[in-house]
Amino acid sequence: MKVPLSWLREYVDLPAVTAHEVADRLTATGLKLEAIHSHGHEIKNVVVGRVLEIEELTGFKKPIRHCKVEVGEAAPREIVCGATNFSVGAVVPVALPGAVLPGGFEISSRKTYGRISDGMICSEAELGIAESSPGILLLPQDTPIGADVVDLLGLRDDVLELEVTTDRGYALSIRGVAREAAIAFGVPFRDPAAIDAPVGGGESWPASIADPTACDRFVLRSVTGFDPAAESPLWMRVRLARAGMRSVSLAVDVTNYVMLEFGQPLHAFDRSRLTGPIVVRRARPGEKLETLDHVVRTLHEEDILITDDSGPISMAGTMGGLHTEISDTTTDIVIEAAHFSATGIARESRRHNLVSEASKRFERGVDRELPLAASWRAVQLLAELGGAVPDPGVTHAEAEVSPTRITIPADYPGRVAGVPYARETVIRRLEEIGCVVTEGADPATGHGVAATGVLASGDLADRLAVPGDDLITVTPPSWRPDLTDPNDLAEEVIRLEGYDLIPSVLPPAPAGSGLTEEQRLRRRVGRALAHAGYVEVLSYPFMGPRDLDNLLLPEQDPRRRATRLVNPLSEDEPYMRTTLLPGLLKTLVRNVGRGFADVALFESGLVYRPEPDAPATAPVLAVDRRPTEEELAAIETALPRQPLRVAVVLAGEFERSGWWGEGRQASWADAVEAARTVARAAGVELVIRADQHEPWHPGRCAALIAADPETGEEVLAGHAGELHPRVVEAYGLPPRTCAMELELSRLRPAGPAQTPAVSAYPVATQDVALIVSAPTPVAEVEAALRQGAGELLESIRLFDVYTGPQVGEGNKSLAYTLRFRAPDRTLTVEETTAARDAAVALAAERTGAQLRGV
Amino acid sequence: MSNTYDPVEVTPLHADEVARAQADALAAIAAARDLDDLKQARLAHAGDRSPIALANREIGALPPAARAEAGRRIGAARKAINEALAARQAELEAERDARVLVEETVDVTLPWDRAPRGARHPLTTLQERIADAFVAMGYEVAEGPELEGEWFNFDALNIATDHPARSDHDTFFVESVDSGKVLRTQTSPVQVRALLSRPLPVYVVSPGKTFRTDELDATHTPVFHQVEGLAVDKGLTMAHLKGTLDRFAEVMFGAGITTRFRPHYFPFTEPSAELDLRCFVCRGSSAVPGNPPCRTCKSEGWIEWGGCGMVNPRVLLACGVDPAVYSGFAFGMGVERTLMFRHNAADMRDMVEGDIRFTLPFGMEV
Repeated sequence: MKVPLSWLREYVDLPAVTAHEVADRLTATGLKLEAIHSHGHEIKNVVVGRVLEIEELTGFKKPIRHCKVEVGEAAPREIVCGATNFSVGAVVPVALPGAVLPGGFEISSRKTYGRISDGMICSEAELGIAESSPGILLLPQDTPIGADVVDLLGLRDDVLELEVTTDRGYALSIRGVAREAAIAFGVPFRDPAAIDAPVGGGESWPASIADPTACDRFVLRSVTGFDPAAESPLWMRVRLARAGMRSVSLAVDVTNYVMLEFGQPLHAFDRSRLTGPIVVRRARPGEKLETLDHVVRTLHEEDILITDDSGPISMAGTMGGLHTEISDTTTDIVIEAAHFSATGIARESRRHNLVSEASKRFERGVDRELPLAASWRAVQLLAELGGAVPDPGVTHAEAEVSPTRITIPADYPGRVAGVPYARETVIRRLEEIGCVVTEGADPATGHGVAATGVLASGDLADRLAVPGDDLITVTPPSWRPDLTDPNDLAEEVIRLEGYDLIPSVLPPAPAGSGLTEEQRLRRRVGRALAHAGYVEVLSYPFMGPRDLDNLLLPEQDPRRRATRLVNPLSEDEPYMRTTLLPGLLKTLVRNVGRGFADVALFESGLVYRPEPDAPATAPVLAVDRRPTEEELAAIETALPRQPLRVAVVLAGEFERSGWWGEGRQASWADAVEAARTVARAAGVELVIRADQHEPWHPGRCAALIAADPETGEEVLAGHAGELHPRVVEAYGLPPRTCAMELELSRLRPAGPAQTPAVSAYPVATQDVALIVSAPTPVAEVEAALRQGAGELLESIRLFDVYTGPQVGEGNKSLAYTLRFRAPDRTLTVEETTAARDAAVALAAERTGAQLRGV
Repeated sequence: MSNTYDPVEVTPLHADEVARAQADALAAIAAARDLDDLKQARLAHAGDRSPIALANREIGALPPAARAEAGRRIGAARKAINEALAARQAELEAERDARVLVEETVDVTLPWDRAPRGARHPLTTLQERIADAFVAMGYEVAEGPELEGEWFNFDALNIATDHPARSDHDTFFVESVDSGKVLRTQTSPVQVRALLSRPLPVYVVSPGKTFRTDELDATHTPVFHQVEGLAVDKGLTMAHLKGTLDRFAEVMFGAGITTRFRPHYFPFTEPSAELDLRCFVCRGSSAVPGNPPCRTCKSEGWIEWGGCGMVNPRVLLACGVDPAVYSGFAFGMGVERTLMFRHNAADMRDMVEGDIRFTLPFGMEV
């Protein structure tokens, strides 16, 4: 809301303070300053002049005039001017040499078009009144020559641009802001709407309300004999412009001016275009209306319409119809001032994607008691400025509305704030904003909170009632439909007393139980991967059909079952991710593109996995009570599963080359090790098994398998390895890019780690070399050795893998060091040899391993 | 023992002879250039065949009266020689050690960036720091889904379908506009989940991802992070809210930070406030007309940090909490904005692009 201070001062006697001081006070009451726009402060030396002579200069590309202008000095000034909308005798603003115009533009005497130009005749744009103007600003003939134009036209002004929150519709008006300013400075407020608006004299045009849920007050006044050629006066145009509205025509400007001043949206109909009585009703199936913006709109059955015998003529509170619009020949005007349903207008505006100054106000709440006064003010202005004759009558249709009354204990605002307020203070503050306060409980209900007409049920109102003694019953003013609950009243008192006076008190600390195991795990995993050399990224969790194809996902892959957004950021990425890889891979490509060939990244975040048989919609539950468990479950089952995953991608050198020698390229093994790093952070040991799973290289893909701590069953936690070359190509990744992805919730430790027995007896070491067929997984050989060696085995380590002629075609040799130790004695050579032999025997049995060199 | 004495045979024991042998020995020891030389000198002058050792053997041939005198003379010489040997040994060993260590000197300024360097995203670690600040105040960390039921995100928070506040949230709709599912536009639905699932009193903080259909630019990102706080207990007041947020601001930005409560509107809190921080850059001076403007606070002197207020009793009712018994406060801050203020991050695009140059300097914690 843009509020010219000069307009504000008409209705409140502000002390002589700066615009900033006014803004600070308003900000403290909740009308936050967005910006101060200063106008006219820099303009100087612009005076009123009269054109005495005009000489048309020829030979130039455009018409140029050389004028003699009387400016109240001894001799007239010679001025060259490019505009042609004035004639001899015209009264115009003249910037004299030395003048400064908006933007610091200085005027000096100069030679142009072969003549001396001793100043400038100004347009509205040049004076900062309008954005653009076609010609010179023509002033009334009786304007005193030589007078200062800035003073005369009131061009010097500061405009406060205020942020108005959605609950405070009343502040979208000079009237509303003036009331707040008056309270803030403790000075009197003059209500512009407190005018004596006549109510008798019969109907000005027949009208009725057919649907009282759509409209509860509908007022029409009319004028005849309006001069369609009459122009809006300069003061009105200046104010409209400063408040951010364009001047259109006098009739339209008047409706906008009154809307800005009072907060009541008005609509003007061309009376000659109306046919028969007006009815306010909802739309009928198939009805259409061509609105002011020349769009033919198909109306929805809930739309609130103004209709006559011809059908819809206006979309209530949103936009008028083209046919009944004021035109440049309109002489008879019907002014509509109504009070429409806030939610009705909100829906209508959203359905048709039509946000207007009127709809903005109606959906935020307009004073129900304004229509009679606002329409009268408009009619008066049309009479005064456009020569119109007001009709004596007024049409006034209304539906009954039960008043809102709220009962609270007088000390309640203090209980909310945590600082006591005197009873008189509470009552005074509520009265200042326009409430009527009476002692005791609401006589209608005898207790707590009365039905407000907004609450869904009296039951809810009862449950919002505040317990306590010393009750007061508050009837909020008609312009504050937002005040419905005890806490609304508390806020009014607290904000006017000042939020800055609330003390700062730490509540006593409750006994918390710290982070959960899962939350601690998430941090450990992040730290472990970062320490291992991975950089964390937070990519957008969106993906597109191309990602699914790029990842080579088969038709039936569950990762193809993705949640689709109605309004995605980009049509290329309309899905919620089902895997972390697309975002990570694109980020990797971005880093490589920026010159970083060696990149290792990780991300930890949710993926979104809709269940195939989930309900399509999540119910929207009631809000006046706690939902049942069944109702809550109905929402949960409609939501996709959202498990937490962690993934890495890496390319280039994982260990860098340098003066020490060659580095090491990132490989499938690093990806698998990243999984082990995560698992170690979780206190879980992974079983690694060869697998084939997109998007990984079919020969270089590991399944990451954890165990269910309760059942001991295997749980597939994720995959790791080198990416498929076609995936690498599709994303434009560096060759042999590797990746790992696993679901963190599937890593569940068996319980707290158990303390091992640490033996101080000497270790006994035995090396074995086994020959197995080349495809035999090393993990299986090792598992057999481990099991076969028995309890004396302390550790096992593979120190060499050899293929070559000595071990035969299609075979490989695995060389292990086995370390044995007993908890209670020094092992004999016989004992360790027996354990080694048992290990080899089991490996032979399970994998066909043969002891090398035997 | 012999009882005959031959004065000629004991020449070596003459004082002059002993003195000469000692002088020879000391000279040889002093002349030793390295440990090998010294070894030779030791052999020659302190070994079994050295003049002093030989002389010592002759002591027995002296008449008893002369033995003591000769013994003292020899002993003194030996002591002097051994001391000289030990001293020179120490000297030469020190010289050798010093030489070897010098020879082994390397350039310790050589770079060693062999292992890859990682880092955590500052938005993650900042969320952790925020959570820790509240855990230290007795709060627990609550969580909820990012793809959320509309009821949780709006209705239960007193944002009715047609409330203008609802269209202020540029919502990502899921599957269809009336599916009842949205990408959560705020972390506030976690308030509702916490109240429905936890026993009272509830003190929770909830950092997490949120979504609005803004275009990505320097100060907006459609996927961003908020941290939500909620306390519901008997007797909580706005003063408690202020105390909590003052403490939070101090933990995040250091002592001396100035905060301000400014009336605002949120459907799920009443009364509501915006929490402003005194501008770090101009300290509020730019708001005074005539002073130089400030880009950080747009010369307002204050910067918006987050929203807060007393939990609207209607929200408590929707969660089955009796507002006649319990009251509460709630607050929410943007994590990206907090990072901008705390670490002078100028552009939100850096936070989402994943350029390693942005993230690496933040290390493991912020």
